[in-house]
Amino acid sequence: MAGVGSACLFIALLTALYAIAASVSGARSGRREWVTSGRRAIYCVAGLCVIAFGVLESAFLRSDFSFALVAEGSSIETPTFYKVTALWATQDGSLLLWVTLLSLFSTTVLFLTRRSLRDIAPWATAVLGGVAAFFLLLMIGWENPFDTLATPPADGVGLNPLLRHPAMMIHPPMLYTGYVGFSVPFAFAIGALVARRPGADWIRATRRFALIAWTFLGTGIMLGALWSYTELGWGGYWAWDPVENASLMPWLVGTAFLHSIMVQEKRGMLKVWNVSLICATFTLALLGTFLVRSGILDSIHAFGASTIGVQFLVFIGLVVALSAGLIISRLPLLRSEAKLDSLLSREAFFLLNNLVLVGLCLVIMWGTFFPLISEALTGTKASVGPPWFDRLVTPLALVLVLLTGIGPVLAWRRFTPAALWRVLAVPIAATGAALVLLLAFTDAADSWTSLLMFCLVAFVLTVVSQELWRGTAARRTMTGESWPRALGRLTGRNRRRYGGYLVHAGIAVLFLGVAASSAFVDQRDVRLRPGDSFEVNGYQVTYREPTAKLGGDSGGTGAPISFGAVLDVRKDGKHFVLRPSRNYYSTADPSLGTISRLFEGEATSEVDVRWGLTRNFWMAIRPDIGSLDKPIREADAKFANASGDVQALIVAALAERYRRDPPPAAFRAISSPFVVWIWIGGGIVVLGALVAAWPSPEARLRRVRSLYSARLGQELSRA
Amino acid sequence: MEYVLALVVLALLVAAVLSVPLRRRGQEEHLEETRLAELRAAKEAKYREIRDAELDHQMGKLSRDDWRAVDRDLRNEAIDILRELDRLEGKVPQGGMDR
Amino acid sequence: MDPSRKRKVRLVVALTAAVLLATALIYTSFSASTEASKPSEIKPGRSYELTGKVVNGSIRHDGDDLRFRVRDRDGTTSVPVSYTGVVPDPFRDGREVIVSGELEHGTFVAERDSLVTKCPSKFTKDEQSS
Repeated sequence: MAGVGSACLFIALLTALYAIAASVSGARSGRREWVTSGRRAIYCVAGLCVIAFGVLESAFLRSDFSFALVAEGSSIETPTFYKVTALWATQDGSLLLWVTLLSLFSTTVLFLTRRSLRDIAPWATAVLGGVAAFFLLLMIGWENPFDTLATPPADGVGLNPLLRHPAMMIHPPMLYTGYVGFSVPFAFAIGALVARRPGADWIRATRRFALIAWTFLGTGIMLGALWSYTELGWGGYWAWDPVENASLMPWLVGTAFLHSIMVQEKRGMLKVWNVSLICATFTLALLGTFLVRSGILDSIHAFGASTIGVQFLVFIGLVVALSAGLIISRLPLLRSEAKLDSLLSREAFFLLNNLVLVGLCLVIMWGTFFPLISEALTGTKASVGPPWFDRLVTPLALVLVLLTGIGPVLAWRRFTPAALWRVLAVPIAATGAALVLLLAFTDAADSWTSLLMFCLVAFVLTVVSQELWRGTAARRTMTGESWPRALGRLTGRNRRRYGGYLVHAGIAVLFLGVAASSAFVDQRDVRLRPGDSFEVNGYQVTYREPTAKLGGDSGGTGAPISFGAVLDVRKDGKHFVLRPSRNYYSTADPSLGTISRLFEGEATSEVDVRWGLTRNFWMAIRPDIGSLDKPIREADAKFANASGDVQALIVAALAERYRRDPPPAAFRAISSPFVVWIWIGGGIVVLGALVAAWPSPEARLRRVRSLYSARLGQELSRA
Repeated sequence: MEYVLALVVLALLVAAVLSVPLRRRGQEEHLEETRLAELRAAKEAKYREIRDAELDHQMGKLSRDDWRAVDRDLRNEAIDILRELDRLEGKVPQGGMDR
Repeated sequence: MDPSRKRKVRLVVALTAAVLLATALIYTSFSASTEASKPSEIKPGRSYELTGKVVNGSIRHDGDDLRFRVRDRDGTTSVPVSYTGVVPDPFRDGREVIVSGELEHGTFVAERDSLVTKCPSKFTKDEQSS
């Protein structure tokens, strides 16, 4: 079967190259049949990739260890869910996922635009084909997922235990969908430049793809943060690690892009800015994909020094050179059609928001690549840590949240200054009230940046509510509908706008969670024996008893041995129980004794968190199994060639020993307020994006209504 | 062996799919049709802007004078689009609706 | 103010903001950065980000403290480290680590919670698992 997969990849590469040739030839000669053939070639690439993906996935499900990839990343005892998702835990498999998603997206957009954008689509097809060809070439030439082993092993290595978490397995497809999604507007932007059609048409056709890509990328980032919080033993959700930053940068620039294209659609301005922005977004997406596999930056994620770093750099260089060259050569075409009428307009503030977002991206880029920069400038590799990032990002984030509040309040083209007061009165009052309440009833003033952020969040939420209310009221005076109906019709006819407002509200809630949980967190690290207790943030925590389990770990990851603890947590009459533990996996290292091998593989923290709307209580344990060292070594010597059953008995005995006489274990307890709102905010953002992306009823009406019956006055009548 | 077999089969399949449009030549469609679709999309967008501006005025963001000015500009832009649409639709026979 | 003057003003404002940002970036990053160094390179008196591999068999738990030795990736020079704080899951013999701190009386005293251990690479063969 591996042969079929390999063949699919090879044919797909040839087909992708054909797509480029046919589309370009068709575009230049005006012969539609070549363009259609080129488009169909992309459909074929998608089909071939899906077949290849299916072949590989079935190999994983069947635990076919003749596939080198399956032997590396899965094993017989790996749970089914992780067998399926292990495909993209490997370098080769993740490349296959990338190109499959790319070809599927390309197929969709080319099918939807098959009758429109006649000048642009062929060039876009060529670009999409080119990107697919690159990834296919990478696989065929260097990282073939269909490599076979001459003598398949009896069992595979298994999935790295750290990755056995649902969020971690959904995280790559989400991120890749995001990265891939941005290639569509990028391809059409290049097409628009080549075809000398720099108007808003390419934007209208690909806007939804950009929005969908942005949503998936954001979700992927959120899932990564969730994994970090609930799976790793440090209790944080963001470490400004290079790999985390690599996914955040295209998201920031993508956000800027989503805003600035609105300006081009409405006013014909910012053409140069928009094409540059989407080229930058796509480049950053490629960079994100590359950073994670290159090993050029020290990161806990490092996928390891890989064989494809140079190729990626070359490709990225090509993309940058092509984009820059095209933009510069088409500069005269990209002149603005209008000027900024007023500084108090939405256009002006979108421009400002773009500057802040791009500024944020530049700051993060600087910090991420600082080791390379400093090495180039001073000869020593220096790096900056989270405190530096926090210090520079916080003021920009505050300005950003302020802008998310002001933007919805303004109107396009101009704004009557006198009306400004009328529109801002309530939000400013609400902000002031929030400030007073916070100062009076909480110790929020301990961190003035958090205090400021809380006030700005109040501002944004009030603005969004006010917009909804006033819009509904205005609609009622025009149509006399009831409140619910008016609200429904208002948002239904203007999904982009109100979906966008919902996204702003979600972002504000997210920042509320971030500000509260970073500034007002209470953390303690202690060593306890059973019966000991300690106090954190008013919670009384008692170590009730140790636990030792064989198989059946709490996370469902198939861990053979887990040591943990049961802890009682009490505060103000509330009482709950936490059971953090640590899973120990085995290793096949032959230099260790038989029994030692069962304990010396990877170990992961199974964190226990009590989620709450106002506060989370998080605990992790690091048991000290050093006391078992001697018995383990004795067992190694006595039972060197023991069978599996005997080994299990010994381990059970050791577990019992730990239960009876546990040494002190290290605990970390973290009480952080409002953490859950980070992910709730993220959920609201996704909801808002869905509303904004949903096809509007007008699109459907357009198809039904006859064209000539439409005249200006009639169509403006209320529907 | 299965690799070579798969290669040949897939290559033939793909070549077949890709050559279908090449054999169906002579289907010259006027470039104006795509221009029409784009203009219609632009027209819808412009109408939405006009409605939005009125809503903004209703919500008190634009004074009567400011609104009148914006509305006038938008309607002029819409008329330009309608004129362009009429011109193109006069040339191209009414081929049916967007699908 | 006529339009062209308005535009000049905006350009000046934008450029000033960019220059300010750039200055802030450069100034803060160079002063707040820690140098990444190998055990053979560090000297007492300033803080470093020590990178290297954990020496096999050197890990000891000393009450709340963790003690181990770090050696050059491609060499034998090693230095003892004294560390308190959270220990990442992948930490064990032979793994690559990054820890910040200062050399004091021959021992590298690490900052709390600054220990980072690289995930054993998913994509290359690890010596300990086959």
